[in-house]
Amino acid sequence: MPKDQGIGASSLRREDVRFLTGKGQYTDDINRPGQAYAYFLRSDVAHGTINGVDTTAASAAPGVLRVFTAADLEGVGGIPCGWLITDKNGDPMKEPKHPILAEGKVNHVGDPIAVVVAESLNQARDAAELIDPDISELAAVIDMRAAISGGPAVHTEAPDNICYDWDFVAENKDAVAEAIAGAHHVTTLELVNNRMVTNPMEPRAAIGEYDAARGEHTLYTTSQNPHLTRLLMGAFVLSIPEHKLRVVAPDVGGGFGCKIAHYAEEAFVTWAAKEVGRPVKWTADRSEAFISDTHGRDHVTKVELALDENGKFLAYRSTTLANMGAYLSTFSTCVPTWLHGILLAGNYTTPLIFTNVKAVFTNTVPVDASRGAGRPEATFQLERTIDKAAREMGIDPIELRRRNFIAADAFPYQTPVAVAYDTGNYQATMDKAVAMADLDGFAARKAESAARGKLRGLGIVHYIEACGIAPSALVGSLGARAGLYEAATVRVNPTGSVSVFTGSHSHGQGHETTFAQVVAEMLGCDEANVDIVHGDTARIPFGMGTYGSRSLAVGGSAIHRAVEKIIAKAKKIAAHLMEASDADVSFANGQFTVAGTDKSVDWGTVALTAYVPHNFPHDTLEPGLEETSFYDPANFTYPAGAYICEVEVDAETGKVEIQSFIAADDFGNIVNPMIVEGQVHGGIAHGLGQALLEHCIYDSDGQLVSASYMDYAMPRADDLPNFTVDHSCNTPCTHNPLGAKGCGEAGAIGSPPTLVNAVVDALSDHGVTHIDMPLTPSRVWAAIQAAK
Amino acid sequence: MPSIVMTVNGKSVSGEVEGRTLLVQFLREDLGLTGTHVGCDTSQCGACVVLMNGDSVKACTVLAASADGAEVQTIEGMANADGSLGVIQQAFQDNHGLQCGFCTPGMVMSAADLLRHNASPSDAEIREWLEGNICRCTGYHNIVKSIQAAAASLSA
Repeated sequence: MPKDQGIGASSLRREDVRFLTGKGQYTDDINRPGQAYAYFLRSDVAHGTINGVDTTAASAAPGVLRVFTAADLEGVGGIPCGWLITDKNGDPMKEPKHPILAEGKVNHVGDPIAVVVAESLNQARDAAELIDPDISELAAVIDMRAAISGGPAVHTEAPDNICYDWDFVAENKDAVAEAIAGAHHVTTLELVNNRMVTNPMEPRAAIGEYDAARGEHTLYTTSQNPHLTRLLMGAFVLSIPEHKLRVVAPDVGGGFGCKIAHYAEEAFVTWAAKEVGRPVKWTADRSEAFISDTHGRDHVTKVELALDENGKFLAYRSTTLANMGAYLSTFSTCVPTWLHGILLAGNYTTPLIFTNVKAVFTNTVPVDASRGAGRPEATFQLERTIDKAAREMGIDPIELRRRNFIAADAFPYQTPVAVAYDTGNYQATMDKAVAMADLDGFAARKAESAARGKLRGLGIVHYIEACGIAPSALVGSLGARAGLYEAATVRVNPTGSVSVFTGSHSHGQGHETTFAQVVAEMLGCDEANVDIVHGDTARIPFGMGTYGSRSLAVGGSAIHRAVEKIIAKAKKIAAHLMEASDADVSFANGQFTVAGTDKSVDWGTVALTAYVPHNFPHDTLEPGLEETSFYDPANFTYPAGAYICEVEVDAETGKVEIQSFIAADDFGNIVNPMIVEGQVHGGIAHGLGQALLEHCIYDSDGQLVSASYMDYAMPRADDLPNFTVDHSCNTPCTHNPLGAKGCGEAGAIGSPPTLVNAVVDALSDHGVTHIDMPLTPSRVWAAIQAAK
Repeated sequence: MPSIVMTVNGKSVSGEVEGRTLLVQFLREDLGLTGTHVGCDTSQCGACVVLMNGDSVKACTVLAASADGAEVQTIEGMANADGSLGVIQQAFQDNHGLQCGFCTPGMVMSAADLLRHNASPSDAEIREWLEGNICRCTGYHNIVKSIQAAAASLSA
């Protein structure tokens, strides 16, 4: 019998009611009294010198309050990068200034040059057309190989366009080379991890407001992490102290990584509100989002995997070019390094691993986190290479993976790439997926497809992920410029209801429901008595936000710790009321009892006593019942899982149809199975979009060719199948109190190589060994023709 | 500026609009009905779908002036008279058919139009019908399930 409340229940989401009735409040739904509207004039060339920007006509246009260029922004700092990577030579990465508005030079199509602030959006937009920037176009560099081979420099600070050249694990380099040189078999693969536009459905928006009488700034913004935005913008860009700067991220319509970064538009509206003495609102349209939201992925990688005669992995070496775009976005630099290199062991016992990553500046939109952030790139190269190795060595791809899995009794397992996995059982998740996939029937299905002239293929992947990036002391030593804990305050109100203030931010994940389930379980109360508050620096003590599937594992653990403190204090109050010693008091199902007696006191009485402390242990306790926890995890968490996909390919047209997609994930303990399944569905769809459809294309001049939904193929309902997902194989996380691992990105990490492995399997009889994503009909057809 | 009059969610409303004002702008900015969302500028995403004279339309691609005299229904008009969730809305909540909620109003309005045309659609028919509604969160699996559940409720 499934539970109907608390941990493990598929509680319906309370936030749905407002979203389903049109009562959500997204940033663009907010209008402040007297607000003006900002419109950004953006560069239409990828690279050029700004000789001047004539704003005279625009300034005189109807409704225009002010027109701003970089020259007006004196004293405003550049946007900081949140993670310092140290080069293999010990030098810090190249960190050119990322100005709010272009200073002297434009570096990508979409780089903001000027802003019009006007009474209405139409007036601002009309006036922007009157601005005539005088730009001398420079040769643009778009291709990463060209960029590092004498191409024009994007920034003078990096004449070779290399931001950093990173070796990991440097000490393994020679041993890896030796193992590869002497191996029985070496599989090599060169591949591209295609650039994606993250594309949450809500375009970014920001409203700045300034209260001159109080000297207080407020920013409403589409952010996954309002406290982080406050920290970066306040301390580095605008020099506003935290107590005078409030950042509100209300309902946010999806993030997927591209709403982590602090953006120029946020700083501009906050600054401009004071300048013009009015609230200033900006909302991106979708075309603007394509050229100003951070993009994702964009790696070019070469892999070598050395195996012995039995298929045991001996060594793994990869070299990657990672596109940074024109500027360093907030977490851009850690994505191809500490979120990528540390996952190259996968689920396997490969003893020797070495990777080199060169981060490259190009005249393109900055690249940063996108659902998975580094981990999809790691899994893709590893799982594609293993599949190729299996085919080359004549070993079944499932069997090859099984021979190399870290054994279930080998945990905790120290990998050769810094991280130690706490738990896992990869044979179990593989067993589960295999059982769900009816592999015995595959041959018959393949024959049936063949009878219809179609090629059927089977793709298998076992992925690893690292979530809840931590602990702070470690990430600090690796270059992070922030801590990676999470904060929560739990306030028991006088009548016993509970308000939880969390630094995690929900933008689709259902925290308002899931976190309430955790608290209700611990306190033995109805979920409806627990309210979750998030997204406002004025209400939440502190927070690091939501990304990297960290919210339950880190944010949920902070709530758990705070509730434990609440229970400990409440027991003391109860002990006083029952005239018992603290140690004898038990708490269960909302009742405090004393062992061996019939004494009891209920939750509501204790809560009321805390705030009406007439009969209260004043000599040992303060009144009130509110506790805060800052939870700093001991380690990452390591979800893993087996994915199996069947496809049918039409060799005449190259069209791929997904016949089935199966996922068996290990997320540790699960709070709300319904929400977890939804997260997996969405992640798989995101990954299949990358594998099958989505492609961000620049032409050689740096024009973004795929800059609208007419040109950029988002996955639609009729592109995708129903998914079969399972999360019954659980090895709980050993180092957080919930045993939770995180589930938000898994699907996007595991599904791209699964789909590609399936298509390559379908085409293997034609001699196809690899196709780069996205596997569009033209690419698949071309691969078939090329292999003939 | 042209004056327009229309019925929105059963109430008569009027306003003066610029010729270029879109129906979605009139709904959001003049009437404060912010449940209808704008997710793109090429009439692709469907976050702005409303019913106009009973048919689903993308309110980003209809001029407010051309909706003069029309009957318009938005997500704000989909609940029952007592304020409880309507059948399609309830089906979306029951089947976790939404996550961030941004595409949701368009999905619900589009589903309403589908179910008027086809009371018991197949999964494939639902997926084909939703071709003009993009969701980034759900992978569509639970949206299809929600619409199936709504169809079952409506025909029960």
